[in-house]
Amino acid sequence: MKVLGISGSLRRNSHNTRLLRAAGEIVEEHGGEFEVFDGLKAIPPYDEDDDGPQSPPAVERLRRAIAGADAVLFATPEYNSSIPGVLKNAVDWVSRPLATSPLRNKPVAVIGASTGMFGAVWAQAELRKVLAATGARVTEVELAVGHAHEHLDEAGHPTDPAQEEALYDSVLVLLGELQNVEVAA
Amino acid sequence: MSQATQHAVPTGSWNADTVHSTVGFAVPYLMGTFQGTFSEFEARLSDGALSGSAAVGSVEVKDPNLSTHLQSPDFFDAERFPRLSFEANDISRSGDDLTIGGELTLKGHTEPVEIQGHVNDPGPDPYGGERFGLQLETKVDRTKFGLNWNNPLPSGDPALANEVTIIVDLQLVKES
Repeated sequence: MKVLGISGSLRRNSHNTRLLRAAGEIVEEHGGEFEVFDGLKAIPPYDEDDDGPQSPPAVERLRRAIAGADAVLFATPEYNSSIPGVLKNAVDWVSRPLATSPLRNKPVAVIGASTGMFGAVWAQAELRKVLAATGARVTEVELAVGHAHEHLDEAGHPTDPAQEEALYDSVLVLLGELQNVEVAA
Repeated sequence: MSQATQHAVPTGSWNADTVHSTVGFAVPYLMGTFQGTFSEFEARLSDGALSGSAAVGSVEVKDPNLSTHLQSPDFFDAERFPRLSFEANDISRSGDDLTIGGELTLKGHTEPVEIQGHVNDPGPDPYGGERFGLQLETKVDRTKFGLNWNNPLPSGDPALANEVTIIVDLQLVKES
């Protein structure tokens, strides 16, 4: 059981990347493997001229990482009320072609943090919509950490016990989705 | 009088000739009606009970990306719920018109449906068999089956209606 984490923020000490790492601890507590994808910055802007059997290596790396994971956990900040361009661009690359995208039927969950008060709720909602359009199996989890610079500890865990519980629940829902897949298979 | 003993549908067992039958749907989308069909299906009438199923992965529309989206968890979720199915044994007839009460199962949800139909009585076909025709239509609320996708139009109204018309046109061949 392997979960890939993808952060929508490239910043070195990103709140969302730290939140993902905290989620990863929970995955590992439940016997799963967790890895944060670190190659988002290398993915070029989407250009259909560059798309095809020989996509850019950075894109192929992301495709392989998603294909090799049983589930993907996204953590996103919010830029201008929406998804960071770098994250949307990466999803656009791996969504094509739709019929063979590694995101198709892949269990995914979206959580997020922002330094504003709403915890990237609009970016999260838009990312869920985009992921559903790619054919991903979007789980219904909710975690929006507002004022992240104050409400996450050094390891990325929410300091609010209710939000820490929501982080646990989010991970458990995603892992539960994997068990459903295994049962159905 | 013989009318008193007329069966609503022919007795015996009959199977759909899937080449000359169609299972499809129509749903208001944007400013018109969007239609699609399922290429892989089966239907059977036996002892007055009508049943059928279709592979949702065989949905045929005019764009492969749309077909893929329709198979995704946003719509049919073909991976987990590969077939839709229908069963009915409450069939009544008035003239050549039928009213059928049955159950439709789609995406793991089973809901009662009432179907309006028309029957073309059995007759010999050119292939040495005997066949009859059924035209069936019913309206369902797709959200009751967990097919909830939508997107807003610029006006703010939803792009896709919830009410979907299921349209089935069957030619059923008598089992030898």
